[in-house]
Amino acid sequence: MNQQTVPAPLASGETAAEAKTKRLPFRLEFDPSRPDSPWWITIVSVLLALAACGIFIAVNGMNPVTVYAKMLTGAFGSSFGLTETLVKTIPLLLCGLGVSIAYRISVWNIGAEGQFVAGAIAATAVTVYFPGLPAYAAIPAMLVSGVAAGGLWGLLTAIPRTFFQVNELITSLMLNYVALLVLNYVVFGPWKDPQGFNFPGTPVFTEAMSLPVLGGTRLHLGLAFALAAVALYALLIRYTRWGYEWRLIGANPEAARNAGIRLSRHIMFVMLLSGGLAGLAGMAEVSGVAHRLMYGISPGYGYTAIIVAWLARLNPAGLIISSFLFGGLIVGGYSVQTIGLPSSTSSMLQGAILFFLIAGGMIGKFRLRRNV
Amino acid sequence: MNEGYTVEMKQIVKQFGSVLANDRVDFRARAGEIHALLGENGAGKSTMMCMLSGVYRPTGGGIYLHGRQAGIRSPKDAMKLGVGMIFQSFRLVQSLTATENIILGESSPFWRGRGWMKTKLEEIRSLADRFGLAFPVDRPVWELSVGEQQRVEIVKTLYRGADIVILDEPTSVLTPGEAEQLFATLAHMKSEGKTVIITTHKLKEVMAVSDRISVMRKGRMIASMAKSETTERELARLMIGKQIPAARPAQARSIGKPLLTVKHLDVYAEHGRKALGDLSLQVNEGEIVGVAGVAGNGQKELAESLAGLRSWKRGTVAFDGMTFKTASVRAAMEAGISHVPENRMRSGLAGSLGIVDNLLFKSYRSPERSTLGFMRTARNRAWAQTLVEQFDVRTPGLDTPVRQLSGGNQQKLLFAREISRDPKLMVAVHPTQGLDIGAAQGVHRLLVELRETGRGVLLISEDLDEVLQLSNRILVIFGGAIVYETKGCEADRERIGLYMAGLTEEGEAV
Repeated sequence: MNQQTVPAPLASGETAAEAKTKRLPFRLEFDPSRPDSPWWITIVSVLLALAACGIFIAVNGMNPVTVYAKMLTGAFGSSFGLTETLVKTIPLLLCGLGVSIAYRISVWNIGAEGQFVAGAIAATAVTVYFPGLPAYAAIPAMLVSGVAAGGLWGLLTAIPRTFFQVNELITSLMLNYVALLVLNYVVFGPWKDPQGFNFPGTPVFTEAMSLPVLGGTRLHLGLAFALAAVALYALLIRYTRWGYEWRLIGANPEAARNAGIRLSRHIMFVMLLSGGLAGLAGMAEVSGVAHRLMYGISPGYGYTAIIVAWLARLNPAGLIISSFLFGGLIVGGYSVQTIGLPSSTSSMLQGAILFFLIAGGMIGKFRLRRNV
Repeated sequence: MNEGYTVEMKQIVKQFGSVLANDRVDFRARAGEIHALLGENGAGKSTMMCMLSGVYRPTGGGIYLHGRQAGIRSPKDAMKLGVGMIFQSFRLVQSLTATENIILGESSPFWRGRGWMKTKLEEIRSLADRFGLAFPVDRPVWELSVGEQQRVEIVKTLYRGADIVILDEPTSVLTPGEAEQLFATLAHMKSEGKTVIITTHKLKEVMAVSDRISVMRKGRMIASMAKSETTERELARLMIGKQIPAARPAQARSIGKPLLTVKHLDVYAEHGRKALGDLSLQVNEGEIVGVAGVAGNGQKELAESLAGLRSWKRGTVAFDGMTFKTASVRAAMEAGISHVPENRMRSGLAGSLGIVDNLLFKSYRSPERSTLGFMRTARNRAWAQTLVEQFDVRTPGLDTPVRQLSGGNQQKLLFAREISRDPKLMVAVHPTQGLDIGAAQGVHRLLVELRETGRGVLLISEDLDEVLQLSNRILVIFGGAIVYETKGCEADRERIGLYMAGLTEEGEAV
């Protein structure tokens, strides 16, 4: 469109208020209808989060640059660090994918943590009650029960949401604590390893109950599950009818209802899927990494997954990148312990990143205008 | 010098990005007059008024109130200077009562005491009565009808001491009866010496209420004159810049077999309110049946029941040889009922999605659009392109979010989608609401075309002119039932108005 000329404003008779605005060369305008903020906002947000945390690190008497360098090399600088990072990526990717699917249709599932734990418990139940199963039966059985338990845990949120309009934020969060308490009960109580010197965990799994690993590393088959799930998700949202229906529900649920889409059915199904993916992550964690169910099996993967999903903007390729970065953040957090910083440094970074991401999304709706 | 003008806007320029919305516009209004700002959608009249009320700031030019330059930087500043605006979409808190909404933002003592709310209720009730604005002052706003909500908005501005009251398209949400009442209120405000400005594109209203008329077209002020100096036809010419052809009367033609038969329908709305009681109607092939009525008499529930969105307690809905047992959107769609909902952006289109996705809404399940659960993307895009061309939807591209299209193009898109499914019956609710004359005529043509090709149309509209102009048969809905039926060619405007108001010819309440 061609720019049209604007006549100069009246110079005479300015009020004090107008004169005041004149002194500032720019002003902010809020435009809530603006579409998604540009991609570089995400990067700037992450950098700002790093800078803000840098201040705290500096206050603690450390040079933030050294600390970040240490984290970077710890997480990505060696083959050990890299495989550890990938090991952490697996649950983050699966849980992040789970919540992304729910967020697509505006169902705010923050219960990935509980669904993860439910999956871990259910997978372990197979090892407890059928200890003699051979690998070809044990692994699939653990998979099925882990996914089913996670999915059912998700359904516990979806059912009250669809039938009684109960806010899913509250139920999914509350169910996290329920799952954690069930976990504590079984690892301190009936499933505790009798030979475990009172360690709150089940006996170590046999070879048949463990996921195959890559060479001598701790990297397990769960990575293949996670990548396959992401690929399926990408296909699903781009090319299928379900993907179209989810897009519609996410954009305008009322219009979707008018188009004959049964919202309640979709919410139930999506929550089943969302929980199932987190349950799969829980199964992979006990079977591939911990080789037992124990107290504190998840260091908050389900919560970090929410940040992973936001950082990726629910985009499949973005999910792979952001979960890898957050895996690195956790591993890097461990590595800075050696120079005297608490491992919660990485939690601080995680929190700061989410904070700046949300702020960045908000600021993206403002425009800086030159005052005329 | 200012000759008693309370509002003077001089050489106003407003630019949005590269779009020039107002180009050196002058506007003046006096106290004690009703000033109509006339123009098509997008002529820039709302933009002008938003600058007067502080929502936008002009790019250039000056605003003078009572002869003094006013530095209006926010709606709050405008309010302080006595300028209040009532927007098309109301600014009300749904869960608060009417009174609470009106006094919202007012500074009040921290401890209000026991009788405080009572005195406020009384104060507001008496203020409302003074201007003939009746509404339940102590009920939550969501319980009020649209017309009542508008009254709350008006009283809110009056309560805050506005002497310049702007109403943006005030009758677009009102029924003829409610509009009459509004005009009486405006006249009352005028007699109390207030400056009343209404923006509108309805010529009849302008001629009915205003003292002075300013006409805008494409961001410029075209003319300003006293009502006595002009005619409806001249205004129309000024507004659209060309002579409008007279509306084509609905021609009498042979009517086909019954298509939709609704018998004794009882529908309950939210909170157990009975929305439809013993409603019966019939639509035949090749006719447009117009349902006239004042808002809130069951029109929405009727349309939703037919579209399968709302279930009914009693009664039968028979369509094209089958009977619907329960409400099912899918069943209604597959049977060939198309639904153009009341609020296109809320329930008809998904604003953030592109043209293709919006066109696919109802047909994506068909084998031409998807196979084995996979969308046939390339083919769907080509199909969307042909529809866009066929229905002349003006859009920068197939992936443009539809909320960026103008209202007329959005409605064309919606009709393209509905008509492409080859419906047997179209249920259209307020299909021209908020559209300018050109776009509305386009919609009317499409409805007539459906009739000419042997489809049935159930036109539910609050625009009585539209109903009279298009319908073969006219039904009047009141209190959830059809109270009057007449042939389109024999329709008597006044009699219909009486039935819409719930009165029989003898003047008794039904």
